[in-house]
Amino acid sequence: MTGRTLFEKVWASHVVTGADPALLYVDLHLAHEVTSPQAFAGLDETGRKVRRPDLTLATVDHAIPTTGRALGIRDPQSKKQVDTLRANCDRHGIRLYGLDDPRQGIVHVVGPEQGFTQPGMVIVCGDSHTSTHGAFGSVAFGIGTSAVEHVLATQTIWQTKPKVMAIEVVGDLPLGVTAKDLILGIIATIGVSGGIGHVIEYQGPAIERLSMEERMTVCNMSIEAGARAGMIAPDRTTFDYLQGRAGVSRNSWDATVEYWSTLRTDPDAHFDRSVDIDASSFEPYVTWGVNPSQATTISGQVPSPESFADPAQRSAASRALDYMGLEPGTPISEISVEHVFLGSCTNARIEDLRRAARVVEGHRVSDGVSAVVVPGSMHVKAQAEAEGLDRVFTSAGFSWRDAGCSSCLAMNQDVIPAGERCASTSNRNYEGRQGRGARTHLVSPEMAAAAAVEGHFVDVRSWG
Amino acid sequence: MRPVNYIEGTMVSLPCSDIDTDQIIPQKHLKRVDRSGYGDVLFDYWARDDDGDLRPEFPLNDARRRDARVLVTGANFGCGSSREHAVWALLDRGIEAVIATSFADIFKNNSVDNGLLTVTLPASTIEELHRLCSDHELRVRISLEDLAVTVGDRTWHFDIDTESRTRLLAGLDPIAVTLMSEDAISRFEAHRPDWMPSIG
Repeated sequence: MTGRTLFEKVWASHVVTGADPALLYVDLHLAHEVTSPQAFAGLDETGRKVRRPDLTLATVDHAIPTTGRALGIRDPQSKKQVDTLRANCDRHGIRLYGLDDPRQGIVHVVGPEQGFTQPGMVIVCGDSHTSTHGAFGSVAFGIGTSAVEHVLATQTIWQTKPKVMAIEVVGDLPLGVTAKDLILGIIATIGVSGGIGHVIEYQGPAIERLSMEERMTVCNMSIEAGARAGMIAPDRTTFDYLQGRAGVSRNSWDATVEYWSTLRTDPDAHFDRSVDIDASSFEPYVTWGVNPSQATTISGQVPSPESFADPAQRSAASRALDYMGLEPGTPISEISVEHVFLGSCTNARIEDLRRAARVVEGHRVSDGVSAVVVPGSMHVKAQAEAEGLDRVFTSAGFSWRDAGCSSCLAMNQDVIPAGERCASTSNRNYEGRQGRGARTHLVSPEMAAAAAVEGHFVDVRSWG
Repeated sequence: MRPVNYIEGTMVSLPCSDIDTDQIIPQKHLKRVDRSGYGDVLFDYWARDDDGDLRPEFPLNDARRRDARVLVTGANFGCGSSREHAVWALLDRGIEAVIATSFADIFKNNSVDNGLLTVTLPASTIEELHRLCSDHELRVRISLEDLAVTVGDRTWHFDIDTESRTRLLAGLDPIAVTLMSEDAISRFEAHRPDWMPSIG
């Protein structure tokens, strides 16, 4: 028998019935206020119950305010969504981290933080960035609302078996080049549809050296390459992160770690596709376009559409530059920004805030720049405050907020105005993503912090 | 869900790739708790100007294409956010099938769950269909039974996974189908490892 990949091992251990498609058992279902109401309504219409309320965790994140929460939610539609989630969770006996809960936060920050995300699990959520949880060696993917209803009713999901792609990262990430730059560089290499139909396993020494939070940043953006999921084999870094967290069983820790340690791709396993990436040549990335693959390095320039050989890419670049208000040939370092957003399920964990704070410390946000920090969870916020990071940010002129998705998708009040430019640590630079007409440049937390101080992009490696 | 057997009607063309679900339905329309009523805000930021007026140059605003049943587009349609509202908005607007060179995985699954047919064809065929779309009266017939797209005397065949085809043709309620395997789910559940977390 030939060896199996990490993905195949986790998949095989979850097949309830069927082959392709297979009915997979779901170990953890995460829910939030925006994609769940219609699913619960569907259960009510058919008189069905939630099969395993103990395997669903709900939080509010997508459309909630990040400021002035004591006053309640002013947007009546968002309030109704949050109230609906509360009522649904109460009725079905599902745990909800509501607006007033110290554990509230972005669903993909909260799951790992509370220790509910563990190796070898199948995890789903009505949100595409569920790929984040693959950083622990779980199979984790986003689903639509009909599938949410299906999971609530049956604790299972039908899936066709994806192909598996290996991305082998060799070489050291240079100093000042982050996990965000690594994944932006990977997406620039394989494209926004390069991962369609595949689960990506990230491998290699440069991946093994990443912290858990950095691994989450990488897996988080697997969906931006079109992949169904991203995965990284669990190792000592994973186990150390998990030990002692609330959701982790205190019994049989050693036996569990022993099992988790078997969740590695066998040496003779076959991948459907393999891509090699040399991290040592990477630089900080900045996106110039309207999808995450339209990116270049900080030392680069806005490309000319004519530089693309493929006609579809050429016309896409032309449309992107028009929307972004950029001229070909403009050095990236000459692009000025009016907004800086430090947040999102990609880059709002404690290590992200620490690294950004180190850049900001002793500086002031540039005149004319509105800079905001939205911690990924209230737990991250409390930890940052205990370390004094909030004072570093606020004394530099940043606004310090409560946890939520905020300007990543601008469903709450944190909307970037039309025509204005934002350096953002989030994951999508789509047209209108941060608000109608808003222009988004995706960067690492360090690059966003430096842009806030200078008012334009700078190479954070040689700055400060 | 209503069964899907064949779809017949006129086409509308959006000849670009990587159309994400943020374009299909922008964030500000995701604040409702209903499954329908999204047709008027389909492609909202492309379809309307800053004042909310319809842009005449946007293909779906062409009065002659108001009744189009089939959208022809490029690669990687429906990428990005998992929002099922994108599928609901297309169906609400009367689009019953999308033809593209490829689809994002989550969008494709959401489509099957709602009876929106996604048809994958090679790039050269799609280019030809885009050209044919210039005739706003030209009708297309997509047969899920025969796995064929027919325009006039031209026919192209497409593939779809057996499971999706069966579900679409029968209009099955997927939860009811799954619950027929309830014994298997219970058996699986009885042997889940102890370390697996439960939400306390």
